[in-house]
Amino acid sequence: MHRSFLVVPAAIACAIPLRALAQDAPVPTPTPEPKPITVASGAAGKNYLNLSLDGLIAVGASTEPDVPGLETGGHDPAQRGFTVQNVEVVFDGAVDPYFRGQANVVLQVDPDGKTNVELEEAYAITTSLPKGLQVKAGQYLTEFGRINPTHPHSWDFVDQPLVSGRMFGGDGLRSVGARVSWLMPTPFYSELMVSAQNARGETATSFGGVGGDVMFGRPLDPDDVKSMGDLLYVPRYDASFDIGDTQTVVVGASAALGPNGTGASADTSIYGIDALWKWKSARADKGFPFVKVQGEAMSRRYEAAATPLLPAATFDDHGGYLQAVWGIKPMWTLGARYDRVGGDVGDDPLDPAFLPRERASLEGTWYPTEYSKLRLQYAYDDRTGLKDAHSVWLQFEFLLGAHAAHKF
Amino acid sequence: MTSLLLALKVVATTPEYGAIAAVVGGDQVKVTTLAKPTEDPHFVDAKPSHIVALSRADVLIEGGADLEVGWLPPLVEGARNAKINAGGPGHVRASEGIQLLDVPVALDRSLGDLHAAGNPHFMMDPVNAKIVANHVCDVFCKLDSGSCPAYQKNRDALDAKLTAKLDEWGKALAPFKGKPIVTYHPTWRYFAARFGLVSEVYLEPKPGIPPSPPHLAEVMQKMTEQKIGVVLVEPFQSRKTAEAVAQRTGAAVVDVCQFPGGLPGTDGDYVALLDADVKTIVTALAAAK
Repeated sequence: MHRSFLVVPAAIACAIPLRALAQDAPVPTPTPEPKPITVASGAAGKNYLNLSLDGLIAVGASTEPDVPGLETGGHDPAQRGFTVQNVEVVFDGAVDPYFRGQANVVLQVDPDGKTNVELEEAYAITTSLPKGLQVKAGQYLTEFGRINPTHPHSWDFVDQPLVSGRMFGGDGLRSVGARVSWLMPTPFYSELMVSAQNARGETATSFGGVGGDVMFGRPLDPDDVKSMGDLLYVPRYDASFDIGDTQTVVVGASAALGPNGTGASADTSIYGIDALWKWKSARADKGFPFVKVQGEAMSRRYEAAATPLLPAATFDDHGGYLQAVWGIKPMWTLGARYDRVGGDVGDDPLDPAFLPRERASLEGTWYPTEYSKLRLQYAYDDRTGLKDAHSVWLQFEFLLGAHAAHKF
Repeated sequence: MTSLLLALKVVATTPEYGAIAAVVGGDQVKVTTLAKPTEDPHFVDAKPSHIVALSRADVLIEGGADLEVGWLPPLVEGARNAKINAGGPGHVRASEGIQLLDVPVALDRSLGDLHAAGNPHFMMDPVNAKIVANHVCDVFCKLDSGSCPAYQKNRDALDAKLTAKLDEWGKALAPFKGKPIVTYHPTWRYFAARFGLVSEVYLEPKPGIPPSPPHLAEVMQKMTEQKIGVVLVEPFQSRKTAEAVAQRTGAAVVDVCQFPGGLPGTDGDYVALLDADVKTIVTALAAAK
């Protein structure tokens, strides 16, 4: 008797710290007329700024000693042993009644122990324009396909798809610019958007790129913006349908059109299609069980300008991935992904970045809560002209601060 | 009778708000509910079709106590509808004016998935449903003053019905005053507080943390010591866990739900849901006596 009296409040004190304990069992009188009072409503209403920090750390090994040659992403495992893939600080909140603002600052420790800071995103987005319109402006991940606009911690695998590295480089396609989106008045979800962004730099590798870098064996020397034609334009359309109560399909098509750094009036165009199908149980517990299948395919036409030594040329390459993730039961997933890239190699047949390759990956993830995860991944790499590679990575994530909301 | 074109388009995050809105709005509103009554309301998919519904909505009813924090913000942003943004004329924060239980002293996730504002399952107390019906009626009246008398009439009818029902439910549960119950998650705190039950033992060791064997052993010990005879479980929660605990302690597993539509015959009807919940709980407590 004595014991249970002690044990119960102690257990409850963990879960329910305050008011419950002070409250006597209420009398079931029918209607004490409720008196509306103003009660503060939580963290979301108390802070001007939501703040969170997400850490993503990997450990593992590959039969290939040159891990950066194997993993194409700037936030993928970078070496045998440990890698700090991504420590992301996110600030977000309402700017005023008209805009919401967000900034993602990413810290990363390179294999030499040096900490790099990236301003991954910093933008404002309108919240109340009429007619289904929305404008976003600032530095942001370009809305091309499904993976590119997302951050590494939301991916279903330890590393980015090969096609993302091939088309958009290690850090994804992102730049400073503005995007207009229109939610169309159709009975189903239908969104059309166009983005205009600067086309230069290490986050626009298929376009201006960085002076001195090489694409398809051609040296880059990007121009400053002289006219509207020197910007990167990214139109995208996506549509979504529900099939019954438990299935959803999203399909999209994107293009990225802009000048490249091989010379004046040399352009790159990338086209992509993407699709997602998801089933989720009507009795989902913590969102499980579910099955989702996602794929993207892209093709690139890279027009290289003539150089003193080489004639003008056009290179075409392509790539894609198909992945399936099964949410078996609450907090456990199993996933498989197939990656493939290929096409023209360019003028430097030895540059491994342009060789055709395939990869198969298997992953299993345990989420202790939605704020942490532990993921084990195996990948088999089949690279033209290079040795096959087997890699195993264990990834750990922790999230502090504001509750992340998940886009579909 | 208003034509469907003129009707207020109302989106409710979870089905109990939808049910209240449908009663208050009557023929003058068209209600869409985002979460399914059978799924875990903490983890709803932010599906694009929900963005479409929100983009065309005149009214959004959300709990406002962080229950929907994992999925509503991207939907509202995608909807780009000034009417339903926080502070917009059609935005209803259901928890406004409700004294929430279990407000954490400090925000510390080692204590589980705490909600900063307090326990968000306040609609399990029918007195709170009256407050929400009031909020909904006020917003409907502001947006559609022509139908205001009808809305007020509907609200008053619901209020009267809930008053009568509270009396009925209170009487049905009165013999069990002070009886402890086990639930999976602290969903039934307001219900217990209203009707004199004691809901302080959960299958989850901490809110949102899945049951672990040592914790369940502790729960079973408490059930034996306190003679707890019922374990409440909702459609999306692990019935297997509840059954294992119940079997070893001689308790009964009771299927209940916090959302209209989650139990047979309760679709879209808050009063029917409470009727069903009260009836099953009374039956189980009586059998366990």
